[in-house]
Amino acid sequence: MKIIKTCLTAIISSVLIFSPMAYADKWSDQFPHIKATGDIPGECSYESMSKKNYKGKTLKINTHAVPVMGEPTALHAEQFAKLTGAKVDVTHTPAGDLYAKAMVPFQAGQAPYDIVFGFSNFINDWRRYLEPVPKKYVEMKQMQDVTPSHIGIASWDGVMYQFPVDGDRHYLKYRKDVIDNPKYQKKYKADTGKELRVPRTWKEYGEMAAYFNDWDWDGDGEKEYGSAEVMKKDDLMYAAFYSRSAAYSKNPKTPGGFFFDLETMKPLINNPGFVEALTDWVEATKYVPPGGINFGLGDEIGSFGGGQTLFSFSWDDAFVAAMQPDSPINNKVGAAQLPGAMKVWNRESNSWDEGFNQAPFFVWGWAVGVAKKSKEKEMAFDYLCFFANEANHQADIGIGRFGVNPFRDADFQADVWTQIGWDKDIAQSYVDTLAEMEKSKNRVFPLRVPGTFEFNAALATAAAKALAGQLSPQAALDEAAKQWEDILNRVGKDNVRKAYAVGVAMEDNKL
Amino acid sequence: MNFKHKYVFLFPGLFVLIGILIFPIIFTIRLSLSGWNSYTPEMNFIGITNYIRLFTDDPRFWESFFRLSFLSVSTVILQYIIGFALALMVWREIKFKRFFRVIFLIPMMTTPVIMTVIWRTFFHESLGPVNDLLGHIGIGPILWLSDPVIAKFTVIIVEVWQWTPFMFLLLLAGLLSLPKEPFLAAAIDGASSFRKFVYVTFPLMAPISIGAIIIRLIEASKIMDTVFVLTSGGPGTATETSSFYIYIKGLREFQMGYAATLSFTYLVIMIISLTIIAKVLTKLMIKE
Repeated sequence: MKIIKTCLTAIISSVLIFSPMAYADKWSDQFPHIKATGDIPGECSYESMSKKNYKGKTLKINTHAVPVMGEPTALHAEQFAKLTGAKVDVTHTPAGDLYAKAMVPFQAGQAPYDIVFGFSNFINDWRRYLEPVPKKYVEMKQMQDVTPSHIGIASWDGVMYQFPVDGDRHYLKYRKDVIDNPKYQKKYKADTGKELRVPRTWKEYGEMAAYFNDWDWDGDGEKEYGSAEVMKKDDLMYAAFYSRSAAYSKNPKTPGGFFFDLETMKPLINNPGFVEALTDWVEATKYVPPGGINFGLGDEIGSFGGGQTLFSFSWDDAFVAAMQPDSPINNKVGAAQLPGAMKVWNRESNSWDEGFNQAPFFVWGWAVGVAKKSKEKEMAFDYLCFFANEANHQADIGIGRFGVNPFRDADFQADVWTQIGWDKDIAQSYVDTLAEMEKSKNRVFPLRVPGTFEFNAALATAAAKALAGQLSPQAALDEAAKQWEDILNRVGKDNVRKAYAVGVAMEDNKL
Repeated sequence: MNFKHKYVFLFPGLFVLIGILIFPIIFTIRLSLSGWNSYTPEMNFIGITNYIRLFTDDPRFWESFFRLSFLSVSTVILQYIIGFALALMVWREIKFKRFFRVIFLIPMMTTPVIMTVIWRTFFHESLGPVNDLLGHIGIGPILWLSDPVIAKFTVIIVEVWQWTPFMFLLLLAGLLSLPKEPFLAAAIDGASSFRKFVYVTFPLMAPISIGAIIIRLIEASKIMDTVFVLTSGGPGTATETSSFYIYIKGLREFQMGYAATLSFTYLVIMIISLTIIAKVLTKLMIKE
């Protein structure tokens, strides 16, 4: 009897101890996407979703074109359909049309899509048509790990409207094999009298990029260039410009607005800080690859990820793409915070404050919400929760083309990245860069006010004119500021101020 | 017979006309008098505010309109010249005539957006094959898409490639329908090929040419897909055309009311200018 009891205890203990592993094996066999981790227990894990029954129901999703965000949406839709029996229709839309494709039916009171993907800075225009994320999802374990900045980005006045699936910021990417190379450090010192190091300021960035421009510095028989940047109008270039402007214009001594003076709502984008940044950027057209002035995000990722340039700065995707095993510069890249500046504009004293200043830019990222008029809200939130479950998230962030980037505290551990083949030092520099940005007290958040698109488009058009040599930086930004005034008058200063105050509170560390 | 009910038979056509033409125009006019945008999605009435803004405070629209005029006129002239030359070539008795006729039509049969993506790849300044080939003979790199002047010519190249076959098709059909007698008379008189073209072929082809040019001008003035894919209106605003600008205002910035103002103004300008162009062409090309 004792032997039987012992055997039974052993069997039960084995089942209990190894059951998670058994699930992991079971699910990763069926879904190879999560083979590295298997299923990770949670409210929206593979196991949990398999218990849902949405047979006979259809979920309609509008997402971005393949691959960036479009590919993971489709992949997780297929998995969700297999697990729950639901039918999932995924529509892919180019980035520039995501806003209108949701907004037109929203305004007409229709819901052709249950789930709409877009950018996080759409939140103010979209929130009245989106269903707030229900409490049970907000309080889930997987949500507790999302960083406060990204909770803030997905929320408005404390209400979460966008389900966090992605985290974005702009930071510097550089070729470690050049910057850390003693031979080039010596040569650079001899030729310029300056140190070759990770650039601390945009001026240093420009000097190094110009030096390493238009010659074959990696010995592959092809010329390389200084920098790859998003300079194409209407292709997110305004975000690149804000990144370059933050160090010159985000003065920690003058809280109360980066884009506008919150008190007067006077646009600040033509102040000397922004003009200095645009002047640097016009200079940058000399050290980008041929055609670099027309680079969109995809070109920038391809150019830096393909080993064509020394520097780049934008979203994580270029870095992750460069670190994938099939990349020609795998484990040859480094990450650092955006360069700073040795002076920052003080709008109160109307003069430059001398001294080093740095300001991370928490640029908008991919965001997704559930339409208020959707008839399948529960299924829609389950899908989003499944999309972002821990197993999927860990697999997704390691694939550069997916466009899913870190937004959870757990992502800022070097081990997560060394497990997928990253060099330990690079993984550490990457997570340190991201973590430092989270800790910074001098951050810039994207503009999220009524008419965001109009403001950004006006700025992008003006900056593009300066880059193309059609206008001087000052004239271009004066033109943009004038247009911002016009937009303010159309939208109403108070409407914009009210919305802008939310972002300013985040920037001023009051939220 | 006084058959009053005959008007009943007009109703189906009339309904269709109202549905697809009259209603959209009236709706656009009404929309243009509203401030519909992303933050006030309603058909409020703001009078002619949008029109005042357009005529007093929007140089970008007028710049894009003049750019469009340059692009459409230059592309249509080139398409006409090349299309006429190709049509004349296969009009004659040459070997593989049918083969050439099909080959010349291929660009028109392809999807413009897809072909423009391919052209964009060709003209990619650092990765594209065009600069690579030119580099082998010591030319370049040419900034096909990032120089404000060259980018306009790149758009023209793509447009001419895509739409010359249409011109070729119309002109070839015209040539094939010409009467034989004037050519026989010219041959009897010993006219050279050049004189036959100048005094017989070209005048006889004038009505068809005017029709073809007007049709192409109407189409070219709506140029959008090529610009959208190839340059996105850049660098700066160097290749932005009216339709692309209206698209930006309407569907990117969601200023529906203002975009309707731009559309309606553009429609009026196009009707007036195309009518004038047709009259001028008729006067120049058709001798009484």
